[in-house]
Amino acid sequence: MLELLLSPLRRLGHTTINAIWRLGFITRFLFAILRYSGQSLLRFNLTIREIYFAGVLSVIIVVVSGLFVGMVLGLQGYNTLSRFGSADALGALVALSLLRELGPVLAALLFSSRAGSAMTAEIGLMKATEQLDAMSVMAVNPIARVVAPRFWAGVISMPILAAMFNVMGIFGGYLIGVVMIGLDAGTFWSQMQSNVDLHADVVNGLIKSLCFGIAVTLIAVFEGYDATPTAAGVSAATTRTVVTSALVILAVDFVLTAFMF
Amino acid sequence: MKRSTIDLWVGLFVAIGIAAVVFLSLKVANLTPQSADQTYTLYADFDNIGGLKVKAPVKEAGVVVGRVSAIRLDNKTYRARVSLSLDKQYDFSRDTSAEILTAGLLGEQYVGLLQGGDPDTLKDGEQITLTSSALVLEQLIGKFMTSFTGGNSGKSTASAAQ
Repeated sequence: MLELLLSPLRRLGHTTINAIWRLGFITRFLFAILRYSGQSLLRFNLTIREIYFAGVLSVIIVVVSGLFVGMVLGLQGYNTLSRFGSADALGALVALSLLRELGPVLAALLFSSRAGSAMTAEIGLMKATEQLDAMSVMAVNPIARVVAPRFWAGVISMPILAAMFNVMGIFGGYLIGVVMIGLDAGTFWSQMQSNVDLHADVVNGLIKSLCFGIAVTLIAVFEGYDATPTAAGVSAATTRTVVTSALVILAVDFVLTAFMF
Repeated sequence: MKRSTIDLWVGLFVAIGIAAVVFLSLKVANLTPQSADQTYTLYADFDNIGGLKVKAPVKEAGVVVGRVSAIRLDNKTYRARVSLSLDKQYDFSRDTSAEILTAGLLGEQYVGLLQGGDPDTLKDGEQITLTSSALVLEQLIGKFMTSFTGGNSGKSTASAAQ
């Protein structure tokens, strides 16, 4: 009877302690990455290779989703704005929602599922097949050789992808608003230009995407490095990467938005 | 170390990314490289600025000649002091007047300048003295209502006298 009462309690305690343990480990892991980045950035071709796999190969999905998100914003925005007789503000609406929120957040969500999960699976499998241990035996630091290049590749790629997402989204809004619905192109752009501020909107959006890039890539490489070295462990780590990154992106977005705007 | 095709793709990726940021700054945020030495500042005091905001355009004959750079309340006269930063290529005479206008019925508010006839021009830091305030829609409706009812009652007493 007592055992039945205590076992959920014990499980709760175990989960909590485990979560705090992992939080401490991920912080130490981030410092280890930063400490060994010097070594790995000296061999920059490793990072270039990872930018190719994480960034360049994500371009298609980011560009296509950006276009569709922009077109949906154009349609929905036009429907609502025309009800209040201010369809002219469509350009400003599309640009502001993309630059401030949708661009950084959606690009980060796409990036975490397209590239983050791949990073986790790759590092997790390297661990499962004992390649990381083999590197340590050969006096090659696995954090400098494997983890840091992937981390920097993610941090560099993320703002670029978010900027591409924004440009494609604005182009999608232009396609719907000007080409399809027939708003005046001059009004569309001038409303956008008079309402978008370089510092408040463009730069803050890029800072957001940089923060998301750090968070998503850190989670991805950490989950891979921390994965249980079995087939099931790697698959669980990959799932955790996608779920945790999505939650962290949205939570960080809330905090950053509260600070910035 | 040899060049590989991956370098080409990454180079292209970074170049497109930079192009996207430049597009966002220039075309979307309309960053005009306007440094302090290309503009000069004039001040104008208004009784009521209505909904005028910082960065609102300043127009002469419909052409944008500058932006509102700051708005504050003068705590001696209790009038709104608006700083206008104007493009150096335009000079305005001493009797230039400034008024706050609205683009369309419910559009954004801007400062409209009207050039005077004085041959002397305003220098940096000087003040535009001839100003007229923003039209506040509620006050306008209020004035209209009082004049309307006042006129009506005058008419009815006149007809009663007949």
